[in-house]
Amino acid sequence: MLSIKGLHAFYGRAHILQGVSLEAHAGEVVALLGRNGAGKSTALKAIMGLVPPAQGEVSFDGRRIERLPPYRIARLGLGYVPEERRIFTDLTVMENLEVGRQAKRGAASAWTEDRLFALFPNLAGMRDRPGGRMSGGEQQMLTIARTLMGNPRCVLLDEPSEGLAPIIVEQMAHSIRTLKGEGLSVLLCEQNLHFSQAVADRAYIIEKGQIRFGGTMAELAADSSLREQYLSV
Amino acid sequence: MTFASILIQLLNGLAAAASLFLVSAGLSLIFGVTRIVNFAHGSLYMLGLYGAYTLIQALGRTPLGFWSAVVLAALLVGIAGVLIEVLVLRRIYRAPELFQLLATFAVVLVIKDIALFTWGAEDLVGPRAPGLSMAVEILGKRIPAYDLLLIAIGPVVLGVLWLLLTRTRWGALVRAATQDREMVGALGVDQARLFTSVFFVGSVLAGLGGALQIPREPANLDLDLAVIADAFVITVVGGLGSIGGAFLAAIIIGVAKAFCIGIGTVSWFGFEISFSKLTLVVEFLIMALVLVARPYGLLGKPQALQRLTTDPAPPLTAPSWKIALVWVVLLLGVPLLADRYITIMLTDIVCFALFAVSLHFIMGPAGMVSFGHAAYFGLGAYAAGLLFKRAGLPMEAALLLAPLCAGAFAVVYGWFCVRLSGVYLAMLTLAFAQISWSVVFQWDSLTGGSNGVFGIWPSAWLADKTTYYYLALACCGAGIAILWRVLFSPFGAVLRAGRDSPLRAEAIGIDLRGFQWAAFVLVGALAGLAGSVYAFSKGSISPSTISIGQSTDGLIMVLLGGVETLTGPVVGAAVYTWVRDAVARHTEFWRAVMGGIILLIVLLFPQGLVGGLKALFLRWKEQRA
Repeated sequence: MLSIKGLHAFYGRAHILQGVSLEAHAGEVVALLGRNGAGKSTALKAIMGLVPPAQGEVSFDGRRIERLPPYRIARLGLGYVPEERRIFTDLTVMENLEVGRQAKRGAASAWTEDRLFALFPNLAGMRDRPGGRMSGGEQQMLTIARTLMGNPRCVLLDEPSEGLAPIIVEQMAHSIRTLKGEGLSVLLCEQNLHFSQAVADRAYIIEKGQIRFGGTMAELAADSSLREQYLSV
Repeated sequence: MTFASILIQLLNGLAAAASLFLVSAGLSLIFGVTRIVNFAHGSLYMLGLYGAYTLIQALGRTPLGFWSAVVLAALLVGIAGVLIEVLVLRRIYRAPELFQLLATFAVVLVIKDIALFTWGAEDLVGPRAPGLSMAVEILGKRIPAYDLLLIAIGPVVLGVLWLLLTRTRWGALVRAATQDREMVGALGVDQARLFTSVFFVGSVLAGLGGALQIPREPANLDLDLAVIADAFVITVVGGLGSIGGAFLAAIIIGVAKAFCIGIGTVSWFGFEISFSKLTLVVEFLIMALVLVARPYGLLGKPQALQRLTTDPAPPLTAPSWKIALVWVVLLLGVPLLADRYITIMLTDIVCFALFAVSLHFIMGPAGMVSFGHAAYFGLGAYAAGLLFKRAGLPMEAALLLAPLCAGAFAVVYGWFCVRLSGVYLAMLTLAFAQISWSVVFQWDSLTGGSNGVFGIWPSAWLADKTTYYYLALACCGAGIAILWRVLFSPFGAVLRAGRDSPLRAEAIGIDLRGFQWAAFVLVGALAGLAGSVYAFSKGSISPSTISIGQSTDGLIMVLLGGVETLTGPVVGAAVYTWVRDAVARHTEFWRAVMGGIILLIVLLFPQGLVGGLKALFLRWKEQRA
């Protein structure tokens, strides 16, 4: 579904991604793990076209997308949920969802506000609340819901568990599993190994802009030296 | 004043407010979404007025003809706005914001000449609105029925805009993009189309504002800059991006202006106060007051930081001594070979070079963009002229005291300006320049009003054009050298730190405002020196040395040369002064030619001339390596 080969990207002059290759198959949840500054967020931004890739291939559904502007990539069915949530603070919950709305594609049933409120019940009671007056957890749910309004077939999730209360993290994990059940692919960046183990089928480890490990979650769980070397703080 | 006459002035003011509101709402909308300060917005208003004039002639002076002409003119202006967006601005959305500003200046020049070519230089007086040319009697005073209609149109447009913004998907997209346009793009919204639609709506509003004025004011070629100044003031007073704020501000300013005209001259405690003379200043006074009390305008909020797609400014590199020496020798040698014409032109260039370098100092390294830098240039010129003519000082003393006077004004203006940042700061500098301009323009007994001051000639030993050129070179060269040297001193480093991160600069114990204030004064004094040298080289001065036109000339010079390089402003001043002169000698339409050249440069060299050439040179070197 999503396949990246030899991706390079720069921030100004800093060479952040130095040949990243990874894949996410249909209906699969894949975690991209790594420490702060390893290049996780930049990888997602480069896939989405928000940081223009300098070199390498990004294919989505067999189509090359590395030269497309972000909105075209989004319209192909690749959703992006940013790290800092980036809720439109002046807009209400309903309006935030409206901005994310795109035509439904493929056979899957389209997301509607009501289906999203079923997935994130907390949001249902605050339809007219401005995004700026929501808690961090509520904003995190809204940002995912907003992206789902575009009816993506694959979602890039940047640190969905960051800065959330444990109970909300639990809910988030449940939501991601629900998305997987709907047949969506998910590629998520995480520092939280525990959270990743709860949701992901496979994992990659990135360090200094390069992929150091790729395998199943079980393989990663079995290899403590790997975790020690690349993930422990 | 009787109650009736107060009411009449109130109605007058409200009628004037309608058009002001329409223009400002459009400007605010466009700025919010695209972050472009569209200097051409006043030009669009002007086109609306001219367009309505012509269309009414074509469609006939019937109510149907009149109103179709007004609507059609507004729509055509909307299409003109779309053309500007698609042909020019869309190509440079990733360029630095100031460069987009330069592009809109170029559009101002081009539109002015298109209007000159199409409609001629004479003012065109439009017809009264058919069916509404009568007056309505209120409390024994007569008020034009058309004015009452205008008073109603303002709130109607406000209501329609409010519905559009809060009840439609387009409105949600516009408000979302105002906060975070990159995110809107990542959600699958085509930014280019959204921007184009916003430009269309904003331009229609400007065009409508202009077209509706056709029965009230003649179409003329000076409207573009006059209206943009009004619109800036209103958007800033109301709060950038707030349509309701623009409405409120338009009413306050429209009414204040009407009262100033209506009150006329009053004597209080034996003092004669002429309120009608205040008309030109009152809106800027209101703006200065509002910004000091509420730095984000009446209904504005602190600006959301748009995510920057451009890189931060690179470190400055000092010009090399060897190259500088070559230039000094060349400049000293030129008059020996060149004729009188070139010597005079070089004197102009030298003055404008110091003017541009001082502007660059404040807007580049110090990070405070000034839209009103002509204030200090012009005040320096006037100080020189008045000290010489009115105070009877010797020329040399006047020449050297003038910069101090300009600096003294910078002390006052700067104190207010450093309290603001970004677009608000730029607008406040514009306000001070306009206040200075209107005082100079109206104080006939001291400044000679619109005629200016004549007979300001240098002393006998400097009378020769070549000698004066050397004097100008010495004064302005010293000014430029001081400014460049200061940039590399600890003071300059503090300013640059304050530009890159004001919070961090203050957190390490720097009194940033104090330093910025000092920079303001230094720059004001040296711009004043440029003006003073310029005044004596011309022998006369007119209010145009303080005008918005002079300020934008300075901005064009700096941006043309490239704001990220040190020598850019000098090159920009030279190229702009020389090309303008060369083109103006061949065609009446020099503005269009200049505008075309600037647009080409903007599209080809988004880092300015010097920056662009540098980049080309680097690429060439890399290819050879």
